[in-house]
Amino acid sequence: MAIFSVYVVNKAGGLIYQLDNYAPRAEAEKTFSYPLDLLLKLHDERVLVAFGQRDGIRVGHAVLSINGVDVNGKYTAEGKEVLEYLGNPANYPVSIRFGRPRLTSNEKLMLASMFHSLFAIGSQLSPELGSSGIEMLETDTFKLHCFQTLTGIKFVVLADPRQGGIDSLLRKIYEIYSDFALKNPFYSLEMPIRCELFDQNLKLALEVAEKAGTFGPGS
Amino acid sequence: MIGALPSPPPLPRFSGTHAHNPGVFLEYKLMYGMLFSIRSFVSKMSPVDMKDGFLAFQTSRYKLHYYETPTGVKVVMNTDLGVGPIRDVLHHIYSGLYVELVVKNPLCPLGQTVQSELFRSRLDAYIRSLPFFSARAG
Repeated sequence: MAIFSVYVVNKAGGLIYQLDNYAPRAEAEKTFSYPLDLLLKLHDERVLVAFGQRDGIRVGHAVLSINGVDVNGKYTAEGKEVLEYLGNPANYPVSIRFGRPRLTSNEKLMLASMFHSLFAIGSQLSPELGSSGIEMLETDTFKLHCFQTLTGIKFVVLADPRQGGIDSLLRKIYEIYSDFALKNPFYSLEMPIRCELFDQNLKLALEVAEKAGTFGPGS
Repeated sequence: MIGALPSPPPLPRFSGTHAHNPGVFLEYKLMYGMLFSIRSFVSKMSPVDMKDGFLAFQTSRYKLHYYETPTGVKVVMNTDLGVGPIRDVLHHIYSGLYVELVVKNPLCPLGQTVQSELFRSRLDAYIRSLPFFSARAG
């Protein structure tokens, strides 16, 4: 999947739409005996690896499941605390699955607002006058593209660094937004977008963009 | 160039209008804060584990390139939009210029503003020698 996700941010910096499109991240499942040679810590309601990186388990990975049963934040499915459970030698040997933690909706909201501010600061830091905000942010694993409309709505797309045609995809998403969200009489401006047609057409546009590699003009 | 400790050294400017503006230190603080936030943002957003992390961002007028060493020294360069990946250039500024002329200089106190004229002139010469540098009037 070359296009990872789409975020739509309103004028005030609030997230009004979000879509994830990527394949599941790499996970590692291993069986451990007491004592655990990884150091685990509690962070943000999740149990993360703090030290002891090995065999595909990296620092920052979260405990996803114990003995095949998904954990619920810092508690196991039965309601016991994960750290307590793993501290008890009677529970071993235990099979734990680690992986990159998925973002919760709350975290996505916070990241969208964070990006809204970073976008503004990007234009302030400009050595030249009249700069826009951040239009593209590049890392080694993804590229973030942002298009801000004249009304202040930002369309943000996270894609593979090699994926092309994102500029025309962003314009296409704007078109889909104005057709299926703005023209919807039951949609209120700046509110979360809950229009089925918007979802459907957006997913279609993403598929076309991924397949084509570029998005042709006038589509 | 932003050091690992909170007092960033002054950057020589190669073009632009504000060469000795005292307000430029405000810009460095803003830049440091922004880069810190971007790094945290990027590590959360990334769909897979990252190796190099945040590389660059661009707006309609400029592109900001970023390189951080494991010791926390950050090298930042603002260029025109047409400039591609210059990670090796930033790495050379760190290893070939900063380490050689500032770190290895017993008279240069680390963590403080770089006062070394040698560093400034060598850096200036190096930047002017880069293929993507073109001396523009003001």
